[in-house]
Amino acid sequence: MSSARPIATTRSASGMPTGRLAVWWVIASEIVIFGGILTSYVMYRLAHDSFAEQAAHTNTWIGAFNTFVLLTSSLMAVQAHKAADSGDGAKAARFLHYTCLGGILFILVKSFEWASEIGRGYTISSSPFWSFYYTAAGLHALHVIAGVVIMFIVAAAAKQYRDLHRVELIGVYWHFVDVVWIFLFPLLYIAK
Amino acid sequence: MIERFLPVASTYAGDIDFVFDLIFWTVGFWFLLAQGVFFWLLVRFRKRDGVRAQYVTGELKSEKRFITIPHALVLVCDVFIVFFAIRVWYDVKQHLPEAQQTVRVVAQQWAWSFVQPGPDGRLDTADDIKTVDELHVQVGTTYHFQLVSRDVVHSFSVPVFRLKQDVIPGRVITGWFEPTRTGTFDIQCAEICGIGHGYMPGRIVIETAEQHAAWMASHSNREIAAASGPAAGGR
Amino acid sequence: MATRPVEIREGHDTPGHHEEPSFFVKYLWSTDHKVIAMQYLFTGMFMALVGGFFSYVFRMQLAWPGESVPLWGLVTPAAYNMLITNHGAIMIFWVAMPVLIAAFGNYLIPLMLGCDDMVFPKLNRLSYQIFLLSVVVLFSSFFVTGGGFGGAWTMYPPLSGEAAYNNTPAGQTIFIVAVALEFVAFLLGGINFVTTAMNSRAPGMKLYDIPMVVWMIVIASIMFMASVGPLVAGAVMLIFDQTLNTAFFDPTRGGDPILWQHLFWFFGHPEVYVVLLPAVGIVAEVITVFARKKLFAYKTVLYTAIATGVLSFTVWAHHQFIAGIDPRMANIFTVTTLLISIPIAEMMFVYIATLYGGSITFSTPMLWALSFIATFLVGGVTGIFLGASGSDIYLHDTYFVLAHFHYTFYPIAIIGTFAGFTFWFPKMFGRHLNETLGKIHFWLTIIAFNGIFLPLFVTGVLGDNRRIPNHQVYPELDNPLMNGLREVATVFLVVMLLAQFVFFYNVVVSLVRGKKAEKNPWKSNTLEWTADSPPPHGNWKELPTVYRGPYEYGVPGRSEDYWPQNVPN
Repeated sequence: MSSARPIATTRSASGMPTGRLAVWWVIASEIVIFGGILTSYVMYRLAHDSFAEQAAHTNTWIGAFNTFVLLTSSLMAVQAHKAADSGDGAKAARFLHYTCLGGILFILVKSFEWASEIGRGYTISSSPFWSFYYTAAGLHALHVIAGVVIMFIVAAAAKQYRDLHRVELIGVYWHFVDVVWIFLFPLLYIAK
Repeated sequence: MIERFLPVASTYAGDIDFVFDLIFWTVGFWFLLAQGVFFWLLVRFRKRDGVRAQYVTGELKSEKRFITIPHALVLVCDVFIVFFAIRVWYDVKQHLPEAQQTVRVVAQQWAWSFVQPGPDGRLDTADDIKTVDELHVQVGTTYHFQLVSRDVVHSFSVPVFRLKQDVIPGRVITGWFEPTRTGTFDIQCAEICGIGHGYMPGRIVIETAEQHAAWMASHSNREIAAASGPAAGGR
Repeated sequence: MATRPVEIREGHDTPGHHEEPSFFVKYLWSTDHKVIAMQYLFTGMFMALVGGFFSYVFRMQLAWPGESVPLWGLVTPAAYNMLITNHGAIMIFWVAMPVLIAAFGNYLIPLMLGCDDMVFPKLNRLSYQIFLLSVVVLFSSFFVTGGGFGGAWTMYPPLSGEAAYNNTPAGQTIFIVAVALEFVAFLLGGINFVTTAMNSRAPGMKLYDIPMVVWMIVIASIMFMASVGPLVAGAVMLIFDQTLNTAFFDPTRGGDPILWQHLFWFFGHPEVYVVLLPAVGIVAEVITVFARKKLFAYKTVLYTAIATGVLSFTVWAHHQFIAGIDPRMANIFTVTTLLISIPIAEMMFVYIATLYGGSITFSTPMLWALSFIATFLVGGVTGIFLGASGSDIYLHDTYFVLAHFHYTFYPIAIIGTFAGFTFWFPKMFGRHLNETLGKIHFWLTIIAFNGIFLPLFVTGVLGDNRRIPNHQVYPELDNPLMNGLREVATVFLVVMLLAQFVFFYNVVVSLVRGKKAEKNPWKSNTLEWTADSPPPHGNWKELPTVYRGPYEYGVPGRSEDYWPQNVPN
């Protein structure tokens, strides 16, 4: 889409940038996907008391730490957006790299946590709770990984002062990933 | 209308047929009216030389009338249908009259088995009468049925009762029927349940009190069912 | 940008350098919305043939059970289940959606909105490629050990979740993966439809100047996006149940099979309207042109479509009245289901009212559009029987249901497509279809269609259950009347399928020898008719500007009875 962009892409009859519309579309469709899985989880949770006992085996502290990591990385994304708005591509790229770092740390902590849980015998096939635990968090982790990859690409362009509007777009997406975790954390870790 | 082709053999079958007929005549009237107007317009306004189409926006109140009035009438019909549909639904599915007999219906790939209490009148005792693919019931008696499945989702369908209820593994679903005439009729599975889905025909035998008592006597203390053990949702 | 009226377009390649792209780049790797539309259209038509062939095989089995079917052989129960499952899935996911939404959406949205392409052309190409991949994946499921999945297109667990129950260890997973890929393709496609319609309209085109079919495709895309999410989550859960031994839907370990039904129908019911809306949009375009009439109450049509879309999210459990849900829930869903009859009935009234005062030409596209209204009415009114909980107790899962939804889907997916295809054929290919062959094809198809499904209403009321390979197993279903009706339906199906050869012959002959089409053969108002037939890459040399709504036919005081959107005055 670099050299021969159709005129359609440059129009803005609604007054909203097309890229932002597209990102909101993606996020809306993701919200219903996560909404589906979380609603299912809540229905099961209400129907089965056994979920509470099994949830007690999750590690709230690791979950809380990861929440902190993600929130901090979101802050970095905000800073990157600010820098991009003022036209400072290099600074935006730097902050995006900090955000990526947060994402990578999140994934590392997550792998450590899962490894220890699987080591203790709680696997995805142990019970409906653990099925939900790994599926929902795994789906979220996939989004974190995808976000990190895209962010590296956007940062590389931003460094050369190209496509700075994309810094905002990936930031919006990253906030969404963050918000999903804000829902997952209490549901999977705290509600015991 | 259905009763002309299919016997009516339960207390509520007639009610369900009534809802069917009610809807049939209500929507049938609307359907014919709409099609009539439609085809009349096609003939009346076919292209003719020198006649130009009219300019009608449909935004004026006098024009919108042709939409809003039918709209309101459809709403009235809907309310009417909803009322009768829910009344029958309540009677068949939502309320449970006092049971005179209870029968457990066990669905599995690909057979029906039926457990009825023996002389002691209770299920899950040694004298239970178990049958496969054949359910014997007594006319004029209110039955509760408990539906359980051993494997996948099935559906317990008795057309002459106009009764259909899915059988869900892991649950016991209770419903009722009261046979009103004697005879032998079909029990079908109405939910796809694997490659044998089309080949699990059951029969329901509705008997008079004397016949039923004789049948009970001949089956007491005799385990016929191939399926053994207390029926439960487990595999 | 929106005010810049004139733009000079060169090809996508380096400007000013006209090198003919290779066949591969031009037709298979293109980002041109028209080429992608054709890819979707022809893939969809091919899949329709596959789905049609499947229906031929199982209808032969139903009419003459146990006999060898020509071109297939004996129909085993496993094959029967695989055929009905894939017939349903193919016709909805791989025919109705690609043709109505993707093909017509891709073709019409940029042309009707007066822009040169979709907003994200590469995303558009990617969407088709994923769709094509889903087709390949689906086909591969037919050839693996155990054969294709046979647990119905609704995939109810535990039957679908456990190979021991469905006997298709590989087919079950491949089937769901194929469906999931198809969802991804359409989620990506939806981005383009919505953003293009919102942002890339021609200068001067206000919201109420958008042709109805574009509105309908946009609303349908939004509905699809909003409804499919839970099922995507459900598909992931079901695949994990199959492969990782999770316990989401396994009742023996605390899972709940009913959850899947909710996730499925929460998508499944809006899906009906997702494919319905584009079809009624096409019909709106066709009847206004051939009745030379302004669409009666444009805003009412739009609002009824939106109302239908919103309401359709509240009716899903009418598919589950007797599925073991709380019986009190059925009362709520009976009310919402009957409520949805109101906007849909109103939409049909509007279309009928549009004909009033018109000057109706019975061309082939018009015949298709009119037959859509006539047959869809049958589907609409028979839905009342099923939405009303009291009568659904008996009719649920009978052939009455089957006939009902074929009377909705057939008008949508087949009749609507033919209406659109014959209407826009001159624009798409620059030549006219043969009108006589078109009418022969129309009458054969429409008579045969009614001949198939009217008898099935009767067998359904008499007790035929769905998805049973041989009804004669049941004494109550084995009588001369019902056997006769089943044979009638099958004979008409064969006639209907054979009639499609007339269509394909017509298309091929017309492509080669058809009368050349001018820019605007139907004297239509919308923007696509101001481009060349067929439109070149980039569609227009100068992108058009819009001055009025799309349905200004027969405006008093003008010499012509039409008034194109792009003509200043």
